[in-house]
Amino acid sequence: MDAIKIAENAFIDESQKQHPVFGAGDTVTVHYKIREGSKERIQNFRGVVLQTKGEGSTKTFTVRKMSGNVGVERIFPLYSPFIDEVEVNKRGKVSQARIFYFRELTGKKARIKERVRR
Amino acid sequence: MPGLIGKKIGMTSVFSVEGKNIPCTVIEAGPCVVTQVKTEETDGYSAIQLGYDEKKEKHTTKAELGHFKKAGTSPKRQVIEVDSFEEEVSLGDTLTVDIFNDSPWVTVTGTSKGKGFQGVVKRYNFKGVNDATHGQHNRLRAPGSLGASSYPSRVFKGMRMAGRTGGKTITIDNLQVLKVIPESNLLVVKGSVPGAKGSYLIIWK
Repeated sequence: MDAIKIAENAFIDESQKQHPVFGAGDTVTVHYKIREGSKERIQNFRGVVLQTKGEGSTKTFTVRKMSGNVGVERIFPLYSPFIDEVEVNKRGKVSQARIFYFRELTGKKARIKERVRR
Repeated sequence: MPGLIGKKIGMTSVFSVEGKNIPCTVIEAGPCVVTQVKTEETDGYSAIQLGYDEKKEKHTTKAELGHFKKAGTSPKRQVIEVDSFEEEVSLGDTLTVDIFNDSPWVTVTGTSKGKGFQGVVKRYNFKGVNDATHGQHNRLRAPGSLGASSYPSRVFKGMRMAGRTGGKTITIDNLQVLKVIPESNLLVVKGSVPGAKGSYLIIWK
Protein backbone atom coordinates (compact mmCIF):
# COMPACT_ATOMS: atom_id res chain seq x y z
CA MET A 1 0.00 0.00 0.00
CA ASP A 2 1.39 3.37 -0.84
CA ALA A 3 2.18 5.89 1.84
CA ILE A 4 -0.67 8.29 1.07
CA LYS A 5 -3.22 5.52 1.53
CA ILE A 6 -1.65 4.48 4.83
CA ALA A 7 -1.89 8.07 6.06
CA GLU A 8 -5.50 8.46 4.89
CA ASN A 9 -6.53 5.19 6.50
CA ALA A 10 -5.07 6.34 9.80
CA PHE A 11 -7.67 9.12 9.90
CA ILE A 12 -10.74 7.12 8.83
CA ASP A 13 -12.24 5.38 11.82
CA GLU A 14 -13.61 1.86 11.71
CA SER A 15 -17.31 2.73 11.66
CA GLN A 16 -16.86 4.80 8.51
CA LYS A 17 -15.09 1.99 6.71
CA GLN A 18 -18.35 0.05 6.89
CA HIS A 19 -20.05 2.13 4.20
CA PRO A 20 -21.67 -0.12 1.59
CA VAL A 21 -20.26 -0.29 -1.92
CA PHE A 22 -22.41 1.55 -4.43
CA GLY A 23 -22.04 3.24 -7.76
CA ALA A 24 -23.80 5.20 -10.47
CA GLY A 25 -27.44 4.25 -10.98
CA ASP A 26 -28.00 3.04 -7.44
CA THR A 27 -30.67 4.68 -5.31
CA VAL A 28 -29.34 5.60 -1.90
CA THR A 29 -30.54 7.37 1.22
CA VAL A 30 -27.91 9.51 2.89
CA HIS A 31 -28.45 10.12 6.59
CA TYR A 32 -26.77 13.46 7.05
CA LYS A 33 -26.16 15.06 10.43
CA ILE A 34 -27.19 18.69 10.64
CA ARG A 35 -26.17 20.92 13.51
CA GLU A 36 -28.58 23.68 14.45
CA GLY A 37 -27.05 25.68 17.25
CA SER A 38 -26.23 23.04 19.82
CA LYS A 39 -28.81 20.55 18.64
CA GLU A 40 -28.05 17.84 16.15
CA ARG A 41 -30.54 16.11 13.93
CA ILE A 42 -30.40 13.77 10.98
CA GLN A 43 -31.72 14.68 7.56
CA ASN A 44 -32.34 12.07 4.89
CA PHE A 45 -31.47 12.71 1.28
CA ARG A 46 -32.71 10.03 -1.09
CA GLY A 47 -31.87 9.96 -4.75
CA VAL A 48 -29.96 8.40 -7.59
CA VAL A 49 -26.15 8.31 -7.53
CA LEU A 50 -24.81 10.04 -10.64
CA GLN A 51 -21.14 9.41 -10.03
CA THR A 52 -18.51 8.50 -7.48
CA LYS A 53 -15.26 10.37 -7.64
CA GLY A 54 -11.87 10.19 -5.97
CA GLU A 55 -10.26 7.62 -3.77
CA GLY A 56 -9.44 7.12 -0.13
CA SER A 57 -10.41 9.87 2.28
CA THR A 58 -11.19 12.27 -0.56
CA LYS A 59 -13.85 10.06 -2.15
CA THR A 60 -17.10 11.84 -2.97
CA PHE A 61 -20.40 10.89 -4.58
CA THR A 62 -23.16 12.90 -6.25
CA VAL A 63 -26.80 12.20 -5.47
CA ARG A 64 -29.66 13.63 -7.55
CA LYS A 65 -33.26 13.76 -6.47
CA MET A 66 -36.37 15.43 -7.80
CA SER A 67 -37.81 17.87 -5.33
CA GLY A 68 -41.21 18.55 -6.82
CA ASN A 69 -40.36 19.69 -10.30
CA VAL A 70 -36.83 20.79 -9.55
CA GLY A 71 -33.82 18.54 -9.66
CA VAL A 72 -31.55 18.81 -6.64
CA GLU A 73 -28.00 17.48 -6.63
CA ARG A 74 -25.74 17.17 -3.65
CA ILE A 75 -22.14 16.10 -3.50
CA PHE A 76 -21.22 14.22 -0.33
CA PRO A 77 -17.70 13.39 0.84
CA LEU A 78 -18.04 9.69 1.71
CA TYR A 79 -15.84 9.85 4.81
CA SER A 80 -17.25 13.08 6.22
CA PRO A 81 -18.10 12.68 9.90
CA PHE A 82 -21.44 14.33 9.15
CA ILE A 83 -22.56 11.28 7.19
CA ASP A 84 -24.23 9.02 9.68
CA GLU A 85 -25.14 6.25 7.31
CA VAL A 86 -25.48 5.53 3.61
CA GLU A 87 -28.33 3.15 2.86
CA VAL A 88 -28.58 1.47 -0.53
CA ASN A 89 -32.25 1.16 -1.48
CA LYS A 90 -32.00 -0.08 -5.03
CA ARG A 91 -29.25 -1.32 -7.32
CA GLY A 92 -29.58 0.21 -10.76
CA LYS A 93 -28.47 -1.30 -14.04
CA VAL A 94 -26.59 1.34 -16.02
CA SER A 95 -23.84 0.99 -18.57
CA GLN A 96 -21.88 4.12 -17.68
CA ALA A 97 -19.83 4.90 -14.61
CA ARG A 98 -21.15 8.48 -14.70
CA ILE A 99 -24.73 8.93 -15.72
CA PHE A 100 -24.99 12.66 -16.35
CA TYR A 101 -27.42 11.95 -19.22
CA PHE A 102 -29.88 11.11 -16.47
CA ARG A 103 -30.36 14.84 -15.81
CA GLU A 104 -31.99 15.37 -19.19
CA LEU A 105 -34.43 12.50 -18.81
CA THR A 106 -37.96 13.10 -17.56
CA GLY A 107 -41.11 11.10 -17.13
CA LYS A 108 -41.07 7.47 -18.12
CA LYS A 109 -37.58 7.71 -19.52
CA ALA A 110 -36.17 8.69 -16.16
CA ARG A 111 -36.30 5.18 -14.86
CA ILE A 112 -33.42 2.89 -14.17
CA LYS A 113 -33.78 -0.87 -14.47
CA GLU A 114 -33.07 -2.72 -11.30
CA ARG A 115 -30.01 -4.90 -11.28
CA VAL A 116 -30.40 -8.39 -9.92
CA ARG A 117 -27.69 -9.03 -7.41
CA ARG A 118 -24.96 -11.32 -8.57
CA MET B 1 17.29 22.71 16.46
CA PRO B 2 17.17 18.93 16.34
CA GLY B 3 15.53 17.55 13.24
CA LEU B 4 15.26 14.73 10.72
CA ILE B 5 15.66 14.35 6.99
CA GLY B 6 12.57 13.29 5.09
CA LYS B 7 10.86 13.10 1.77
CA LYS B 8 7.65 14.71 0.58
CA ILE B 9 5.18 11.98 -0.36
CA GLY B 10 2.23 14.09 -1.45
CA MET B 11 -0.89 15.89 -0.36
CA THR B 12 -4.37 14.77 0.55
CA SER B 13 -7.17 15.97 2.77
CA VAL B 14 -8.66 14.45 5.89
CA PHE B 15 -11.62 15.22 8.12
CA SER B 16 -11.14 16.53 11.62
CA VAL B 17 -13.34 15.42 14.48
CA GLU B 18 -15.45 18.57 14.08
CA GLY B 19 -16.04 17.70 10.44
CA LYS B 20 -13.68 20.23 8.90
CA ASN B 21 -11.85 19.11 5.78
CA ILE B 22 -8.17 19.75 6.42
CA PRO B 23 -5.58 19.89 3.63
CA CYS B 24 -2.48 18.01 4.71
CA THR B 25 0.88 16.82 3.48
CA VAL B 26 2.24 13.33 4.03
CA ILE B 27 5.97 13.28 4.77
CA GLU B 28 8.23 10.28 5.16
CA ALA B 29 10.53 11.34 7.99
CA GLY B 30 13.52 9.17 8.66
CA PRO B 31 14.77 6.72 9.67
CA CYS B 32 18.03 8.66 9.85
CA VAL B 33 21.40 7.26 10.89
CA VAL B 34 23.85 9.25 12.99
CA THR B 35 26.94 9.37 10.79
CA GLN B 36 29.06 11.70 12.92
CA VAL B 37 28.90 13.25 16.38
CA LYS B 38 30.65 16.59 16.62
CA THR B 39 31.76 17.77 20.02
CA GLU B 40 33.08 20.98 21.55
CA GLU B 41 36.55 19.41 22.05
CA THR B 42 37.14 18.00 18.59
CA ASP B 43 35.20 20.36 16.33
CA GLY B 44 34.72 23.54 18.33
CA TYR B 45 30.95 23.13 18.43
CA SER B 46 28.52 20.35 19.10
CA ALA B 47 26.22 18.92 16.46
CA ILE B 48 25.23 15.60 14.98
CA GLN B 49 25.37 14.57 11.36
CA LEU B 50 22.48 12.54 9.97
CA GLY B 51 22.22 10.39 6.85
CA TYR B 52 19.03 9.40 5.04
CA ASP B 53 18.00 7.36 2.00
CA GLU B 54 20.04 4.50 0.59
CA LYS B 55 22.42 4.92 -2.29
CA LYS B 56 24.46 2.38 -4.20
CA GLU B 57 28.05 1.75 -3.30
CA LYS B 58 29.16 2.34 -6.88
CA HIS B 59 27.80 5.87 -6.72
CA THR B 60 29.74 6.63 -3.55
CA THR B 61 33.24 8.06 -3.47
CA LYS B 62 35.92 6.23 -1.49
CA ALA B 63 36.09 9.10 0.98
CA GLU B 64 32.35 8.98 1.66
CA LEU B 65 32.43 5.21 1.85
CA GLY B 66 35.01 5.36 4.62
CA HIS B 67 32.96 7.96 6.47
CA PHE B 68 29.82 5.80 6.39
CA LYS B 69 31.82 2.71 7.28
CA LYS B 70 33.00 4.43 10.44
CA ALA B 71 29.39 4.82 11.48
CA GLY B 72 28.75 1.20 10.56
CA THR B 73 26.06 1.98 8.00
CA SER B 74 25.39 1.76 4.27
CA PRO B 75 25.98 4.82 2.05
CA LYS B 76 23.33 7.53 2.34
CA ARG B 77 22.11 9.95 -0.28
CA GLN B 78 21.38 12.91 1.97
CA VAL B 79 23.59 14.09 4.80
CA ILE B 80 22.82 17.09 7.00
CA GLU B 81 23.95 18.51 10.30
CA VAL B 82 21.54 19.28 13.09
CA ASP B 83 21.88 20.51 16.65
CA SER B 84 22.28 17.95 19.36
CA PHE B 85 19.24 16.20 20.69
CA GLU B 86 18.24 16.42 24.32
CA GLU B 87 18.95 12.75 24.83
CA GLU B 88 22.43 11.47 24.14
CA VAL B 89 22.98 9.94 20.70
CA SER B 90 26.01 7.97 19.62
CA LEU B 91 27.55 7.09 16.29
CA GLY B 92 25.46 4.66 14.24
CA ASP B 93 22.21 5.27 16.11
CA THR B 94 18.96 5.29 14.14
CA LEU B 95 16.51 8.13 14.73
CA THR B 96 12.91 7.59 13.71
CA VAL B 97 9.78 9.70 13.36
CA ASP B 98 9.04 8.90 17.02
CA ILE B 99 10.94 12.03 18.05
CA PHE B 100 7.93 14.09 16.88
CA ASN B 101 5.51 12.20 19.11
CA ASP B 102 5.26 14.99 21.66
CA SER B 103 5.71 17.99 19.39
CA PRO B 104 2.49 19.68 18.24
CA TRP B 105 4.29 21.86 15.68
CA VAL B 106 7.19 21.32 13.30
CA THR B 107 9.17 23.54 10.95
CA VAL B 108 9.91 22.23 7.47
CA THR B 109 12.71 23.27 5.11
CA GLY B 110 12.76 22.29 1.46
CA THR B 111 13.58 23.45 -2.04
CA SER B 112 10.64 25.03 -3.82
CA LYS B 113 9.65 23.94 -7.32
CA GLY B 114 11.69 25.64 -10.03
CA LYS B 115 9.55 27.76 -12.34
CA GLY B 116 12.21 29.01 -14.79
CA PHE B 117 12.42 32.61 -16.01
CA GLN B 118 9.24 34.36 -14.96
CA GLY B 119 7.85 37.87 -15.17
CA VAL B 120 7.13 40.09 -12.20
CA VAL B 121 3.45 39.16 -11.99
CA LYS B 122 4.23 35.53 -11.17
CA ARG B 123 7.53 36.22 -9.41
CA TYR B 124 6.58 39.06 -7.07
CA ASN B 125 2.78 39.17 -7.36
CA PHE B 126 2.81 42.52 -9.17
CA LYS B 127 -0.61 43.48 -10.46
CA GLY B 128 0.42 44.34 -14.01
CA VAL B 129 -1.74 46.88 -15.78
CA ASN B 130 -5.32 46.09 -14.93
CA ASP B 131 -6.75 47.99 -17.88
CA ALA B 132 -7.03 46.59 -21.35
CA THR B 133 -8.32 49.92 -22.65
CA HIS B 134 -7.34 53.57 -21.89
CA GLY B 135 -4.45 53.39 -24.33
CA GLN B 136 -2.94 50.17 -22.96
CA HIS B 137 -1.41 47.88 -25.50
CA ASN B 138 0.66 44.77 -24.74
CA ARG B 139 1.37 46.01 -21.17
CA LEU B 140 -0.98 43.71 -19.29
CA ARG B 141 1.77 42.02 -17.23
CA ALA B 142 4.38 44.82 -17.33
CA PRO B 143 6.26 45.89 -14.17
CA GLY B 144 5.61 49.65 -14.60
CA SER B 145 8.03 52.31 -13.53
CA LEU B 146 11.46 51.34 -12.15
CA GLY B 147 11.96 54.66 -10.35
CA ALA B 148 12.29 58.42 -10.74
CA SER B 149 14.13 60.19 -13.58
CA SER B 150 16.93 62.77 -13.24
CA TYR B 151 17.37 61.96 -9.60
CA PRO B 152 18.71 59.31 -9.01
CA SER B 153 19.32 58.73 -12.75
CA ARG B 154 19.81 55.06 -12.08
CA VAL B 155 17.88 52.01 -11.01
CA PHE B 156 18.24 51.14 -7.35
CA LYS B 157 19.90 47.87 -6.49
CA GLY B 158 17.54 45.07 -5.63
CA MET B 159 14.72 46.45 -7.81
CA ARG B 160 12.31 43.58 -8.32
CA MET B 161 12.37 42.45 -11.93
CA ALA B 162 11.77 39.33 -14.00
CA GLY B 163 14.13 36.39 -13.55
CA ARG B 164 14.64 32.84 -12.36
CA THR B 165 11.83 31.88 -10.05
CA GLY B 166 11.52 29.08 -7.54
CA GLY B 167 14.15 26.48 -6.76
CA LYS B 168 14.99 28.30 -3.56
CA THR B 169 15.40 26.98 -0.06
CA ILE B 170 12.18 27.79 1.74
CA THR B 171 11.40 27.25 5.40
CA ILE B 172 7.84 27.04 6.64
CA ASP B 173 7.46 27.61 10.36
CA ASN B 174 5.03 25.98 12.71
CA LEU B 175 3.13 23.42 10.71
CA GLN B 176 0.65 21.56 12.84
CA VAL B 177 1.37 17.86 13.28
CA LEU B 178 -1.85 15.96 12.65
CA LYS B 179 -0.54 12.43 13.06
CA VAL B 180 2.64 10.43 13.53
CA ILE B 181 2.59 6.93 12.05
CA PRO B 182 5.75 5.19 13.32
CA GLU B 183 5.07 1.83 11.60
CA SER B 184 5.66 3.38 8.18
CA ASN B 185 7.80 6.39 9.25
CA LEU B 186 5.10 8.84 8.22
CA LEU B 187 4.31 12.30 9.49
CA VAL B 188 1.13 14.10 8.50
CA VAL B 189 1.20 17.88 8.79
CA LYS B 190 -1.46 20.47 8.11
CA GLY B 191 -0.97 22.57 5.00
CA SER B 192 1.63 22.45 2.29
CA VAL B 193 5.40 22.13 2.29
CA PRO B 194 7.86 23.38 -0.34
CA GLY B 195 8.98 21.23 -3.25
CA ALA B 196 7.79 18.50 -5.55
CA LYS B 197 6.71 15.01 -4.55
CA GLY B 198 9.75 12.94 -3.66
CA SER B 199 11.92 15.96 -2.87
CA TYR B 200 14.01 16.00 0.27
CA LEU B 201 12.95 17.97 3.31
CA ILE B 202 14.39 18.77 6.70
CA ILE B 203 11.84 18.52 9.46
CA TRP B 204 12.87 20.52 12.51
CA LYS B 205 11.45 19.67 15.87
